[in-house]
Amino acid sequence: MVTRLPEAGLERARRLGRAIAVERRAVRCWRPSRGVMEDERSFSDICGGRLALQRRYYSPSCREFCLSCPRLSLRSLTAVTCTVWLAAYGLFTLCENSMILSAAIFITLLGLLGYLHFVKIDQETLLIIDSLGIQMTSSYASGKESTTFIEMGKVKDIVINEAIYMQKVIYYLCILLKDPVEPHRISQVVPVFQSAKPRLDCLIEVYRSCQEILAHQKATSTSP
Amino acid sequence: MVLKAFFPTCCVSVDSGLLVGRWVPEHSSAVVLAVLHFPFIPIQVKQLLAQVRQASQVGVAVLGTWCHCPQEPEESLGRFLEGLGAVFPHEPWLQLCRERGGTFWSCEVTHRQAPAAPSAPGEDQVMLIFYDQRQVLLSQLHPPTVLPDRQAGATPASTGGLAAVFDTVARSEVLFRSDRFDEGPVRLSHWQSEGVEASILAELARRASGPVCLLLASLLSLVSAVSACRVFRLWPLSFLGSKLSTCEQLRHRLEHLTLIFSTRKAENSAQLMRKANTVASVLLDVALGLMLLSWLHGRSRIGHLADALVPVADHVAEELQHLLQWLMGAPAGLKMNRALDQVLGRFFLYHIHLWISYIHLMSPFVEHILWHVGLSACLGLTVALSLLSDIIALLTFHIYCFYVYGARLYCLKIHGLSSLWRLFRGKKWNVLRQRVDSCSYDLDQLFIGTLLFTILLFLLPTTALYYLVFTLLRLLVVAVQGLIHLLVDLINSLPLYSLGLRLCRPYRLAAGVKFCVLQHEAGRPLRLLMQINPLPYSRVMHTYRLPSCGCHPKDSWGALCRKLFFGELIYPWRQRGDKQD
Repeated sequence: MVTRLPEAGLERARRLGRAIAVERRAVRCWRPSRGVMEDERSFSDICGGRLALQRRYYSPSCREFCLSCPRLSLRSLTAVTCTVWLAAYGLFTLCENSMILSAAIFITLLGLLGYLHFVKIDQETLLIIDSLGIQMTSSYASGKESTTFIEMGKVKDIVINEAIYMQKVIYYLCILLKDPVEPHRISQVVPVFQSAKPRLDCLIEVYRSCQEILAHQKATSTSP
Repeated sequence: MVLKAFFPTCCVSVDSGLLVGRWVPEHSSAVVLAVLHFPFIPIQVKQLLAQVRQASQVGVAVLGTWCHCPQEPEESLGRFLEGLGAVFPHEPWLQLCRERGGTFWSCEVTHRQAPAAPSAPGEDQVMLIFYDQRQVLLSQLHPPTVLPDRQAGATPASTGGLAAVFDTVARSEVLFRSDRFDEGPVRLSHWQSEGVEASILAELARRASGPVCLLLASLLSLVSAVSACRVFRLWPLSFLGSKLSTCEQLRHRLEHLTLIFSTRKAENSAQLMRKANTVASVLLDVALGLMLLSWLHGRSRIGHLADALVPVADHVAEELQHLLQWLMGAPAGLKMNRALDQVLGRFFLYHIHLWISYIHLMSPFVEHILWHVGLSACLGLTVALSLLSDIIALLTFHIYCFYVYGARLYCLKIHGLSSLWRLFRGKKWNVLRQRVDSCSYDLDQLFIGTLLFTILLFLLPTTALYYLVFTLLRLLVVAVQGLIHLLVDLINSLPLYSLGLRLCRPYRLAAGVKFCVLQHEAGRPLRLLMQINPLPYSRVMHTYRLPSCGCHPKDSWGALCRKLFFGELIYPWRQRGDKQD
């Protein structure tokens, strides 16, 4: 069940935000570093983990938002490795075949490499450039980067939507794309910050900045 | 709208001159294609641009000036550059400037006519986007935007700005043909100005391919004419041709070879990729086939294989006999109807006896047959695998026969049972209305019907058990054949050339672009670097897959189970173009 959150609903969202106990350690210092206004704040995601939002304002028409997810914890890594190796040792005592132990080591190594390269996202970036487009980059823990760029001509709007995720109702930011055949219809909904999953307060900050640029873009665009 | 100036990275450190490129008004972007250096004669520049416009159908024009000087430009130079705007009228007029050794640029835009609405101060911002000209020229966007033919300069507004940029650069090849060693009237700087890129091998291959293709195309047309002659349409050759997967595979390969050696040039890049992928697939196939051939013929492995074949067939027949003896006894503790059991069991045992005698008759010729079949591997691994699948089908023909007998018997029984069950309840099937209607039967009809129903019902377990056992055996054989066909399909349809291109030259297959913000200083225009975002491997596979033989499971799981329950014959791996049973 997905509904739009219009501007009037922001009041309700604000009240919700106050009701939820969010620990905010605001490191609010706009540092102009070589022509770029930078800002870093700390938020939390839907599970309670700590996220860091870094905002860079390059120019009035170009802004970047960078969300860093919590790192891979040593505790969970040790727990998984111990489980796998205990299970392998149990099988070894049953079968007396030492291949099982080497296979377990291989599986652990390959599994860890695969997890770091394909699953664990360290940082998610949203770069919005007026009259060019919106770019979303996900950086994985192994250094791989996957980028998607959406041209401004295809973007209809950026909204905050509600969704039911497992047993929670969460908010997520998404980009609505225009249908090329019929400009009034929405052809696709592209969610942003899917792996970081920040809470509403973080989303509102990003939403406000993006709406400023979109409003400016709509005011000066020459095409209908 | 913010004005976007696309500037090639190869021209970043060239001397001052004029900017030559195309202006796209709908997206407010100026695509700079080359820099024209001083000194020049304006008439000759205009002639060159008119020639390029005619040859490439791209509206190239002088967009502005480029200034790359040791220190801040002097007043006189500034006025000279502005004066050039009068010689080459263009709206808007761009003035890019960069200090030698400095990182930051400055950019000014002059509009001749006053804008329609008074713009806010700082409105006319400029964004500099650097792009690698060679990569953008060679790359191809997916999905390909179909831009219709049009006059120089017009672009439909619905296409994206980036597609227009790619299209402009790709079609301006004629502008990049001259390099700095040419003695032409004007001196241009672009990605090929240090020397035009070409390859001797590619040129030689292009020259040689003409006559070679002609020769091979005529040979292939001869072969297809022979294969299409009337003899092959007569029964039983046409029946064999449709059932054997080897013939299907050979036909498929012949189609591929005809495509490769056809003398018609590929019209667009999709056809070119298809041709290249077909060539790569055929080469891989032949290479793997030759490897298999050398392995088979070395160290008399064929002899070993032939010696092992007859005992294996004997062993399979013996196991089947044991199975039938088991069924004729009390299989899994179930009690069978003795008479029917014995009849069916003896019938199938006689069949197996015939089969064993047939195999023993064939045994002296097996080695020769295998040797000649092994030679067929030089046509490709797929042909050898199809032959293997056909040999398996021939060797397990008796299992297929048993399955057909069991299924027909069971099917008959089920239909009889359902019809007599309706009679038992006083109903009947109305063929006209295609539904079940009530019907009044005579007493003797009811009596005989009920008797027959009881008989069929109590004989059902025996028939059902035989049917179950032989269906499982048949499904096993079908699964093995299906695996072989899947492998053949994989080799047939893998787009090797596209995958290799994605691995070695990722910029050729572009899913889109990505931007990177370069070092920025307040008050200067924003600088971005545009790079090609390569297509992910899954999309490469999906877009460039070659059409395969069509070996897909014909029925869904539900339909398959339904057919098995009612005893209808199943042919799960149906080839494309086969008639329904």
